[in-house]
Amino acid sequence: MTRQKRSHHKLKRAVAPYLYLSPSLLIIGLLMLLPMVTVIGYSFQNSAVLRRDPSFAGLKHYQAIFDDPVFWASLWHTLYFTCMSVIFHMTIGMIFALMLNSDRINPTLRNILRVLYILPWLFTAVIIAVIWRLLLEPNGVVNSILMQLGIIGSKVEWFSSPETALHAVTFANIWAGYPLFMVSLLAGLQGIPKDFYEAADIDGAKAYQKLIFITIPQLMPIIISISLLDFIWTMQVFPLIWITTGGGPIYSTEVLSTYTYKLAFSSYNLSQASASAVVILLISLGLTLLYIRYQKAR
Amino acid sequence: MRKRHTPKDRLITVALHLALAAGLFFAAFPIYWMLSSSFKSNTEIFALPPTILPKAFTLEAYAAILGDPVKLRFFFNSYFVAGAVTVLTVLIALLAAYGFSRFNFRGKGSLNTLIISTQTIPPITLLIPFFGLVVSYGIFDTYIALILTYLVFTLPYAILLMTGYLNTLPRDLDEAVAVDGGSSWTALWRVIVPISLPGIVATSVYTFLLCWNEFLFALTLTKSTSMRTVPIGIQLLMGQHAFEWNQMMAMSVLGSLPLLLIYLVAQRYFLAGMTAGSVK
Repeated sequence: MTRQKRSHHKLKRAVAPYLYLSPSLLIIGLLMLLPMVTVIGYSFQNSAVLRRDPSFAGLKHYQAIFDDPVFWASLWHTLYFTCMSVIFHMTIGMIFALMLNSDRINPTLRNILRVLYILPWLFTAVIIAVIWRLLLEPNGVVNSILMQLGIIGSKVEWFSSPETALHAVTFANIWAGYPLFMVSLLAGLQGIPKDFYEAADIDGAKAYQKLIFITIPQLMPIIISISLLDFIWTMQVFPLIWITTGGGPIYSTEVLSTYTYKLAFSSYNLSQASASAVVILLISLGLTLLYIRYQKAR
Repeated sequence: MRKRHTPKDRLITVALHLALAAGLFFAAFPIYWMLSSSFKSNTEIFALPPTILPKAFTLEAYAAILGDPVKLRFFFNSYFVAGAVTVLTVLIALLAAYGFSRFNFRGKGSLNTLIISTQTIPPITLLIPFFGLVVSYGIFDTYIALILTYLVFTLPYAILLMTGYLNTLPRDLDEAVAVDGGSSWTALWRVIVPISLPGIVATSVYTFLLCWNEFLFALTLTKSTSMRTVPIGIQLLMGQHAFEWNQMMAMSVLGSLPLLLIYLVAQRYFLAGMTAGSVK
């Protein structure tokens, strides 16, 4: 190669990665970063989107949201829904993973159960919502089983009474989401070196001691990452709640996403909705930073 | 191998199997109930006591859906949009992943972090500006609006997934092409793409599922019945005939088929796709 050719080649090597990345960066920049800036802009304007020349509103829309008791109720419901979901996703995921990993069950049975235990994960949120609406209908199968067992005396309107609605949607979400933990923890369990357990056996360790001193510490990195991701994603859940209760009855299942959606597309108050959306963004961003720092620290 | 002859050991094994059965009931009963209800009449669905197997097995609900062009259109729309986004995502993500995997360049680390962090951006935050954009560009209620929107959500994870896959392939393979005087572009298509098929399948599966499940943007950015996707179609069905539970269940079964089939056929890729990013 001549010197000129070589420097030309070098230049090509230097530019190439940016060329390969350019379509992705263009899409992420134009369709993700720019809209994020736009929504922040909207939150400081009056009649955002709806008017061509919106006026500056300052912090008015944020003020309006923070003065709205429904916003605080939504925040509380989101927190309850998310925390309960993550805790139970983790617990159920862990129990199922440990059971499937046991050498007391036949390998064929293990494989069949593994496929079946993942099932809830394969269904769209809308379908999960519709299934649970059918199950929890006042005349539905859950009520009739519970009444036959004598656990409840009369039919419960799970999704349409304010006392039970939030628990009912949370339960449906718990059912829908544990497989992510189960699959990840199962993969994690298979990665723990067998010698750890053999050494513990020699020391005469009991099963629960092995769980507390070997299994859980070894799985901790997975538990923390998945919990953070699950927390961020669960916080944003929309279709499940929209289809089962629509945030009702009397706001008892209103969460930040349904609250924001209604502000934007039922009340057409797109400025205030943008302010609310920015609040959600900030919470997610905080958690994302935590997640990234944790991933990098490992 | 451990001996298990003691009564205590046998008791533990029995208890474990009972727990496994309880777990199976918890995981699968709701799905079984959807399936069996889709073959029942609407009165039988709420029969007392509940019938575990359909007493009068009927395909009436499926016939009502498959014979209705409006409902079939929901399926067409879902397949079309999800298919188009999958092809675009895989192509664009493959290029980006090749850039990340085979080159060292300024800003690589921060771009990677940027892409990881975009995975967690709340959809509802992007919804309002997207609505504004889509309306002002006159693409409200079109396929283009949905395809562009979905790309934003599928791309970041697809890039991470593909990069992870390409990193497992030995560099000598494509470097050999460079030694022969070929460009990196040639190396990508001649060498990398043919051996990346498993990674491409995993990415496609993941992307397709994400699009198939999308609800919020499909709800907001389309309006006419002929533009609606399956998840919105199910919601519409529920609003229109609140008591046609068997049709809703049949629609749910049909709407879950692609996911179930993909899962059964490509289980390995499916799990790789769903967990790669989070477990690493």
